[in-house]
Amino acid sequence: MTTSNASGDVVLDVTGLTKRFGGLVAVDSVDFQVRRRQIVSLIGPNGAGKTTFFNMVAGQYEPSAGRVVFDGKSLHGLRPHQITARGIGRTFQNIRLFTNETLLENVLVGMHSRLKSGPLASLLRLPSQRREEGEAREKGMALLHLVKLDQYANEAAGNLPYGMQRRLEMARALASEPQLLLLDEPTAGMNPQETVNMISLIRRVRDEFGVAVLLIEHDMQVVMGLSERVTVLNYGQKIAEGTPLDVQRNDNVIEAYLGRRHKRPGDEEADGGTH
Amino acid sequence: MLTFEYFLQQLVTGLANGMLITLVAIGYTLVYGIVEMINFAHGDVFMLGAFSSVTTLQALGAQAVKRVANKDQPPIPETYLWLVVALITSMVFCATLNVLIERLAYRRLRRGSRMAPLISAIGVSFILQNVGIYWKGVSPINFPRYIPQIDLVKAFGIDSFVRVTTKDVFVFVVTVPLVIALTLFIQRTKLGKAMRATAQDRDAAQLMGIDINRTIALTFLLGGALAGAAGLVSGLYNNTAGFQMGFSYGLNSFTAAVLGGIGNLNGAMLGGVFIGILGAMSDGYLDARWTPVVIFGTLNLVLIIRPSGILGQDLAERA
Repeated sequence: MTTSNASGDVVLDVTGLTKRFGGLVAVDSVDFQVRRRQIVSLIGPNGAGKTTFFNMVAGQYEPSAGRVVFDGKSLHGLRPHQITARGIGRTFQNIRLFTNETLLENVLVGMHSRLKSGPLASLLRLPSQRREEGEAREKGMALLHLVKLDQYANEAAGNLPYGMQRRLEMARALASEPQLLLLDEPTAGMNPQETVNMISLIRRVRDEFGVAVLLIEHDMQVVMGLSERVTVLNYGQKIAEGTPLDVQRNDNVIEAYLGRRHKRPGDEEADGGTH
Repeated sequence: MLTFEYFLQQLVTGLANGMLITLVAIGYTLVYGIVEMINFAHGDVFMLGAFSSVTTLQALGAQAVKRVANKDQPPIPETYLWLVVALITSMVFCATLNVLIERLAYRRLRRGSRMAPLISAIGVSFILQNVGIYWKGVSPINFPRYIPQIDLVKAFGIDSFVRVTTKDVFVFVVTVPLVIALTLFIQRTKLGKAMRATAQDRDAAQLMGIDINRTIALTFLLGGALAGAAGLVSGLYNNTAGFQMGFSYGLNSFTAAVLGGIGNLNGAMLGGVFIGILGAMSDGYLDARWTPVVIFGTLNLVLIIRPSGILGQDLAERA
């Protein structure tokens, strides 16, 4: 992972990304890269601008400045559905499934940008459309199997318990055949066992589908156990970046999370000098 | 006259009217389901559909109209072809019109307050009514009598007071397949799936690769096409058309959609047939001038007992 520095290896390249809401700078000229098949975490205290960052990458917010280059091409001016078609999939912090549809339907909606059959072919059930639909259903079932939900394929998504809904969202995001998966707090609200399962699922997804994964996460067990690189945002600015270990030791990060340490006389020497 | 036969007669009339109301009601409910606005101009699109049908039919069969007018004779064979042409023309015309209305009058207001597109829709309604007046004048116009009124019950040799005429049958022959086709479209096709997803969560649908603008335009297109079909069929059924017909039919159809549960396709069908039958019963057993009271009284009652309509979901379920 660390050896190849060729630019073709970078799947997401963000430079100077900025979002202002009136006078508030939610994201402040952030530079950021994700390599292929890499798992990267974006962490930071509440309100640090993580979800805003996601929303800009996925095209829901238009950046105030900066640019997002995905797979070598700028995403500037593209609408969210076009960005999905380019290969970015995402899940939401507050789960947003199509609750009235079955699990399988949810996954099939995720395939929208990959299916070709027009309305006429679908209505007339032309052979080409039947074949495509058959394949789509098979693929959908395989994805449900991956997240261990295939036995509930025909249940309404709204009837699933919370942890399963998170897994379904993941399957739905994978259905769009992304190269980059954005996961917004994938383990929020999960119990420890579910969290462990989610960690291994994310790793499996990366290994089997070869996607890069960018996740926002508060659970440090997840962040440290899963990510190859961690980027820390605070007040919209990137304050640290590196391996999980680097970040854990970084003074700025500790300060952002725990606050500045009180200085007492004599501390200067004990710290070995901070400046 | 047998009372049961009288009841059956009202039922037949009610069903035919109910199917027409259903076609228009679907337009209200589809649009509400996807953009959560009442398209007040929808009834007027239906009215212009009837007007465009008159124009098409007159252009096609100026001679033939005179031959068949006011006579209960089987029409000459070409008429069927003209009817098909008029149906398609009216559907395409209304579909295009509805898509244009959305593009010009609603799309820009989508992100604004909920009230803005609603008021815009009322404005569009006024514009369309005035287009109607400009096009065909203020007084009701006669619709070509292309569908003869032959009593099929008698034709089959059954002696009964009940009349099921070719006109009633014509209404079903056009409306039922359209409703079935629309249902299949929404259930089976990729675009139908996109419509359902957009209705449930627009942002999430967008991130699944669904083009929201196109999906919403498609919804207006489908609603407009059905209104166009209803315009032609209602003209041929009632043999009259006028610029206020959009308002009256629109009100009944809107009521049907709300009664059934607005946003719910099956609800619009149920509501449409229900309002049609209720109206016919009221016409038959009370008096036609009491019919609005009966219809809107029922609407009030249903909304008090079940505010989300018969098949509607509670807001909590939708969220």
